[in-house]
Formats: sequence, structure tokens, C-alpha cells
Amino acid sequence: MKIVYMDYASSSPVDPRVSQAMLPYFTESIGNPSSIHQIGAEAREAIEVARRQVAGLIKAEKPQEVIFTSGATESTNMALKGVLRRNSDKGKHMVTTTIEHMSVLNTAKYLTTGGFDVTFVPVDSYGYVDPQRIAEAMKKETTLVSVTYANGEIGTVQAVEEIGRIAKDLGAYLHVDGVPAVGKMEIDVKGENIDLLSMSSNDIYGPKGVGALYVKKGVKIEPLIHGGGQERGLRSGSENVGGIVGFGKAAELAKVEMVEESARLRSFRDKMISEIGSRTKGAQLNGHPEKRSPNNVNFRFNYIEGEALILRLYDLGIAAATSSACSSKTLEPSHVLRGMGVPPEEAQGTLLLTMGRWTTEKDVGYVLDTVPGVVDLLRKMSPLTPESEV
Amino acid sequence: MYSDRCMDHFRNPRNVGTIKNPDGVGRVGNPVCGDMMEIQIKVKDDVLTDIKFRTFGCGAAIATSSMITELAKGKTIEEALRITRGDVADALEGLPPIKMHCSNLAADALHAAIEDYYKRKGIKIEPLKKESVEEHEHAAGI
Repeated sequence: MKIVYMDYASSSPVDPRVSQAMLPYFTESIGNPSSIHQIGAEAREAIEVARRQVAGLIKAEKPQEVIFTSGATESTNMALKGVLRRNSDKGKHMVTTTIEHMSVLNTAKYLTTGGFDVTFVPVDSYGYVDPQRIAEAMKKETTLVSVTYANGEIGTVQAVEEIGRIAKDLGAYLHVDGVPAVGKMEIDVKGENIDLLSMSSNDIYGPKGVGALYVKKGVKIEPLIHGGGQERGLRSGSENVGGIVGFGKAAELAKVEMVEESARLRSFRDKMISEIGSRTKGAQLNGHPEKRSPNNVNFRFNYIEGEALILRLYDLGIAAATSSACSSKTLEPSHVLRGMGVPPEEAQGTLLLTMGRWTTEKDVGYVLDTVPGVVDLLRKMSPLTPESEV
Repeated sequence: MYSDRCMDHFRNPRNVGTIKNPDGVGRVGNPVCGDMMEIQIKVKDDVLTDIKFRTFGCGAAIATSSMITELAKGKTIEEALRITRGDVADALEGLPPIKMHCSNLAADALHAAIEDYYKRKGIKIEPLKKESVEEHEHAAGI
């Protein structure tokens, strides 16, 4: 059976043009960029090309502002720990929101055990953070503000530029978790007052195990990983040349194809939001209807549980995700939905559909024809469904 | 993650629904935690002649509910009371460890239905001994 893949946010395929570009770096151009000889120089050049490609995607002023890492989790760790520690003479406080990705939340929580202070600003029922609340949370000791460009679970897009202006006015840096947005939305790090931006290669159809942190020139930060001084001393370790080349190629493709691709995904998204909403019993959209990343659809259905929904959908050929308690390692329902004020029992029946480069209109049609029936079947099995709503 | 037998009961649940004028109804679990089960029974001459379930919950919750209806149907009350959570998990060829505590509630629901049956009959019984279940530790939220 052909699987309709609606789980791009969890993992994306590598674009064949990307894997093609990477291949020579595993067998032919095998040099270490730090080597003096020509083979090393070729590898160095390949990395610098990739740096320009990634910098170009986010409109960075200088390629050198892009530091390659092992992935977005390392990037966010470096941003938070590196900025807070390096600037602790000024103050030991950071501001973020309650609905960040775990790599930000858990790093922030970890920092509180080392004498740093973190304010978690609440969001509204759409998962949107009022920039004014960020301003109110700031103190003179604040050195960093961290927000997600577009939430990976509910898609809600934040007022990054305005938050950046607030941070700048009060003398703090702004770190943005760009993972769910880079390559799907136009990001302009300079125009949007972003000082640090975490990125993931796989989320733009590059290989896994590669990411980057944009660090604007002049930002005071210390490295997370010490060693031979690669990446301007900010990220030691022999470079993952093949992976970096792939990330660069993926960024180049995204820059060229993003506008058209995102318009297509946006139309699929809006069709799914409108039709799942109208055709499925007890459906309620999670996240903002308009301020939303192009590829994200997230619903909750009352009286049913998400894991059962996902297993049933997979039996019918749809790979999707949920954030129910039962599906998580911690047995807690989504902190994002809880942060938005969704009651825990309602946060159980969530369906997260994320689309990507190879999603077709036919895929969307199949999902629309399948989801209502599966939800209905589970509702009929549920003791919570009132007689009147069966 | 789930055994074939577990997936079979999840995909083709046995005895789903409700009974007209049931002799006992048991409800356990909590929607806040993501699992809630209801078992309805019909009893004749101390034998469970019919049993139906409805469940809000994950794959394991649905499969265990379905399995207990098969294990209990046609049994005497005494036999049904002896069915444990462990028996249900074994009959399903095991459950993932994380599901053993929170989703394996079917035996409790059956026993609750039998208690309800006794109550309706006006028969006084000792409260049924609950299997000891370690509370799973919920990770601290933000």
C-alpha cells in the first residue's frame, strides 16, 4: 500500500538533487578542510560554498555569520548556553515562552540550575505571544530573548521583528528557533532584528545530523564544544563535509523554490483546515488560522485519543502525528496545547498533519476522505461521546 | 511497538458497544490522563452471558478492553473476578512497558462492573482487592 506521508515535521526525505551533490564527498573529495594539501583545500571550498548558500537563504550579511553544527538541538543549546554564560557580567536573565521546542525549554530549565533566571511568558489561545508581554518580562539583567519563528506543533507565527526590536531597545539579544520556518517562509535576519537563528538541514530536505546557528557579527557568545578551533573557534570538531554540502545544496534549492512551493502548500493547508473542520465531528483547529506556517494542519477532536487515531490512519495508509499523552515519552499531553489553555482531556485527541515538497493534491484529497470516518468510528467506541453526538 | 495479537484486537475490537438494561456497569480511568473504559455486563445464574465495552484511549487501552470481553464472556462471576491485569497483558502477547500501568485498566473495569452488579442486587461484599499498581511518574511539566 502506498503511504500518504503527512509527517514532514518529524522527518523529511532528502531531495535527490541534494544526495547527488553530497555523494562525491564520501568517496572522492574526502579531504579534511584543515589539511594543507589540495584535497583539503577542496573540502574547505565546498564548506564555504555551503556557508554562502545557507547565508543566502536567511539574508545574512556575511557567510561567516553561519556556524555549522550537528543539528538544531545543538544550535539552540549553543545559543542559550553560549550567550547567557558569555554575557553573565551584564546579567543572568533570559525570557522565552511556555510553548517553545523542548530543546529550548529544557536547556532554559537546565540553566536555572546554574544560577541563571528564566521567565517563561504565557501565550494566548492561538499560541501567539503578545510582544508586549515579552517587554514586560524583561529586566535590566536580561541578556537573551528566545522565541520560535513558527511553532512546530501548531504552526503559529510570532511577531519576530517586533520582539527583536524590543530586545534590541532593552539591550538583549534575540535568538529565534527557525526550524519549522526556514525554507518555508521568507526570513530576513537583518530586517527582522534576529541576532541568532537555529536551523536544521533535514527540515529543508537536506541530510540529518547537520544544522547551523546564525550568529550576527558582534554578538558575544562562547562555544559549546571546545577543541581544534573549527568554525571560527565557535564549534570545534572536524567538519561533516558531506552533510554540510548537502545542507548548502538544500538551502540553495529552497531559496529558488520556496515562494512557489509555499504557495502550493498554503492552498493545501487552507483546504484541509476548512474541510476537516466542516466534515469531521467535534473538530477544532489548534493554532492561528492565518498567522500560520504554510505546511501545518493541527486539529483536536473531542472524545477520542490521538494514538488510536494515528494507528487507525496508518492502517489506511496515512502517516501522521499526534501530541496525546499516551504517545509521548513522558505520558504528558502537549505542553504547547496546555500553554494555550486547552484542557488536558481535550489535548488528547490531536492530529498533526505536516506537508512538504512531495505532497500532492491527491494526497490531500485522500486525507480529507479518510479522516472523518476514522474519527467517527473512534467516537462511536468512546464512553465520553454523549448519545446526542454519536 | 504492539504485538500482532494486540494490533488484531485494536483493529477488530470484539464486543464493542452497550447492553440494553445491563446488570452491571463499571467505569474506570480518567479522560485527563487519556484513558477511560466502560464495561457493561449481563448476568444469568452467576454467569456473564453478555459483556460489552466502550473505551476512550490509546491502542493498548482498546486492545485490553476487547481482550477482557473475550476472556470474561461465559465465565462465572467468581472466575471473572480472578482475571488480572497480568492475564490480559499475557493474552495479548505482552504490552509495551510504558503501557502496563496506565492503559491496562480493563480488569479493573470488569471488576467494577461486577461490584456494580452486586450493589444493584443488594448483595454486600468486601470491597474487591485492587491489584497494586505503582503510580507512573509523570515528568514534571513546565
